[in-house]
Amino acid sequence: MTIIDLDQAATASVRRTVLEAMWPHLTGDYGNPSSTHALGRRAADALEDARSRIARLLGVRAAQIVFTSGGTEADNLGVIGLTLAALTAGRDRHVVVGAVEHEAVLASADHLARWHGVEVSRLGVDELGRYSVGELQALLRPGTALVAVQHANNEVGTLQPVDSLVRAARAVGARVHVDAVQTAGWMPVVPPLTGAGPGAAGSTAAGAGAAGAAGSGAAGSGAAGTADVPGAGAASRPDAVAISGHKLGAPKGIGALVLPTGAPVEPLIHGGGQERERRSGTENVAGAVGLAVALELAQQEREDLVAIAARRDRFVADVLARVPGAALTGHPSERLPAHASFVVPGIGGEPLLIALDDRGVIASSGSACAAGRDDPSPVLLAMGYPADVARTALRFSWGASTTQDELASAVELLARSAAALRV
Amino acid sequence: MVVYLDHAAGSPMPASIRGAYLAALEHVGNPSSIHSAGQAARGMLEGARERIAATLGVDAVEVVLTGGGTEAVNLGVKGLFWQRQAGAAGDRAVAPDAAPDAAPARADRPRPRILMPRAEHHATLDAVEWLAAHEGAQLRWLEVDEVGALRLDDFEAALAEGAGPVDVALLTMLAANNEVGTLQPVAEAAALAAAHGVPVHVDAIAAYGQVPLAPLPAGVSAVSLSAHKLGGPVGVGALVLRRGADVVPLLHGGSQQRGRSGTMDAAGAAAFAAASDEAHAAIAERAARKAQLRDRLAAGILAALPQVELRGAAGRAAAARAAGRVAEADAWAARALPGTLHLTVPGAEGDSLLMLLDLAGFAVSTGSACQAGVPEPSHVLLAMGLHEQAARGALRVSLGPETTEADVDALLAALPDAVARATSAGLAARTPTLGR
Repeated sequence: MTIIDLDQAATASVRRTVLEAMWPHLTGDYGNPSSTHALGRRAADALEDARSRIARLLGVRAAQIVFTSGGTEADNLGVIGLTLAALTAGRDRHVVVGAVEHEAVLASADHLARWHGVEVSRLGVDELGRYSVGELQALLRPGTALVAVQHANNEVGTLQPVDSLVRAARAVGARVHVDAVQTAGWMPVVPPLTGAGPGAAGSTAAGAGAAGAAGSGAAGSGAAGTADVPGAGAASRPDAVAISGHKLGAPKGIGALVLPTGAPVEPLIHGGGQERERRSGTENVAGAVGLAVALELAQQEREDLVAIAARRDRFVADVLARVPGAALTGHPSERLPAHASFVVPGIGGEPLLIALDDRGVIASSGSACAAGRDDPSPVLLAMGYPADVARTALRFSWGASTTQDELASAVELLARSAAALRV
Repeated sequence: MVVYLDHAAGSPMPASIRGAYLAALEHVGNPSSIHSAGQAARGMLEGARERIAATLGVDAVEVVLTGGGTEAVNLGVKGLFWQRQAGAAGDRAVAPDAAPDAAPARADRPRPRILMPRAEHHATLDAVEWLAAHEGAQLRWLEVDEVGALRLDDFEAALAEGAGPVDVALLTMLAANNEVGTLQPVAEAAALAAAHGVPVHVDAIAAYGQVPLAPLPAGVSAVSLSAHKLGGPVGVGALVLRRGADVVPLLHGGSQQRGRSGTMDAAGAAAFAAASDEAHAAIAERAARKAQLRDRLAAGILAALPQVELRGAAGRAAAARAAGRVAEADAWAARALPGTLHLTVPGAEGDSLLMLLDLAGFAVSTGSACQAGVPEPSHVLLAMGLHEQAARGALRVSLGPETTEADVDALLAALPDAVARATSAGLAARTPTLGR
């Protein structure tokens, strides 16, 4: 039985091109980048090449990329690291995190509350899962240390108004962390990480030059702003953006935190001083190369985004037509291009997933990290769904190479599974 | 063709492990997903966890997989420290009005003292120094002896200081020193610590897969491991966290494992387990083979380069063997990693030696790769009592499972020239230029 993988927001398979690019670094070029002999230097060169390629794609300088062991570590480093550094710089013990953030962000904020006496405000969402700028402004204080929001929700796919949220947070001098684990590869991070606009992902030098010319101050030269906030001149730029490799076709165990404004972060992992003292530990060269290639592939495929979104809309319409009672969750149009989520009142999410799995379709009820628990989705609860409906969540997420036929088969199998369970 | 003698920095992945890793990478699935692909990944992950656990005689649930050795050490050291500060305060009261799950206020936290030998790896040094600078930890350095082993008498003295053991958060120590290869008195220190209820974190990254570590002494709470030192992938490690020991996590969100959040790298774990199995399948034979090659290298160096000093327990073993004191030599050898030989060349800079040998086709190290490139004398050698000048001429040769007699002989043939040139360069650099 061919498996139709519609759970790629949980993890995507490692792409062959990615594996092939990683292969030399798992075989002949096995040096430790910190070693000074020839093998070590070659490993260091490969690592820096991967870093530059990722930086070029994201429109930042290579030095602004910190490789991590994955998205969770990147989110932890962004939330905890930026906050602790902000506290050192004299900001107040107050942070704002979105109510529908990934657990990596929510639990990091809880840790700050528990161990650092930080007060955590939760930014609520509307029934489509969207944060509102007005609500954020009401929560912000003059000394707020950090605001952490996601670029898109992992469970319901809703895109957040990140640009305005970042501007509002930066207006009071707060650091901003953006969790872009779900959107990396699919779309440019909004707002753009350079001052030159989303299209200007040129060479690093050109990017910095363009930002300077635009008068918004390139990263690192943000001293033009308030002395308190490094890079404060970049009113619309987040200070940290988390991405993860395995959602893109790179292996698990590699991610990155992008630091577009050069704001200081307090490291989580010490010892060795790798990654410019921001993240210690022997560098995962093969993983870094894999991440670079996966991002490049995603960038190439992004050109078909309109077609990919059209396939999504067709899928949504078909599901709504074929599965009685099914309702789309999240924003109907402002959502991830290859992501569709539903509730099917009256049919438990988990039995439906098992029935689908038996028929060769892999999907999920929401976050993989929360899988296996019987709790209703906290995201749907925050959006105002009653608990019994929030227990019926279904999430379908796919890749650029998923075909129209596969999606059509999945709808058919879903309709049959749902009908069987209703009897 | 490079002769790679820097296995302590990272050991290349053997073809067998590469095969296992590649096969595992081609699996789809997040181990946390409940569907079949997720469960297949979960099965692979749990199988790997069990195999790693078996090499240490612990249960699978005690193996917490991490993103590498440095993360494991940070989790072991910081996690135990925070847990000791969050736990029952013993003779110190937690503020009664504190929220139920809030940590006590900084000043009220119990057990601030961390005991740490001076010759630890930088992962530990930096983690502890960060705790001291930011989290109210009080660091008590422990002295090491001339071969780099923890001095138990100083550990005992440290336990008794201040308010006594009740004020101690933890002891953290290496199983084997990563630079000079000396095995540490883990069992003795753990017994002493256990008698006072003090948890012990052991950084076994340099020792794991080189010498048998099972069964773990009862007083050891946590053990750090890294895959790439034994031919597994970079970016995979583990903290063995014994039952009854708890840590405050370093990475939060998802709670996939005891004490560690983040999507689990099932493929990395499978490759780690394969490397771990391979290292332990014939650990005694492999160790004996490496020790024999190391002894050959040591004897050759002593014969050809009498000015060179061999350091650590392996160095003592070589000197005793050269003098015909076999029993003494064997006793020292039993206290050394089989595949590591550390030496210092008087009057030379280790970096010059390394570069000259690199040009001659040998990859070696001046010590820990993590501080390579930084022209500072090794803190390990200084802690062993070497003067700064002597410590500068350091070189570490570390052998792997595929190192041959021919590799060792080739290095022995190349070494005299490199030593001579590095010594004359060192001399020239130190000779004051007159008449300028």
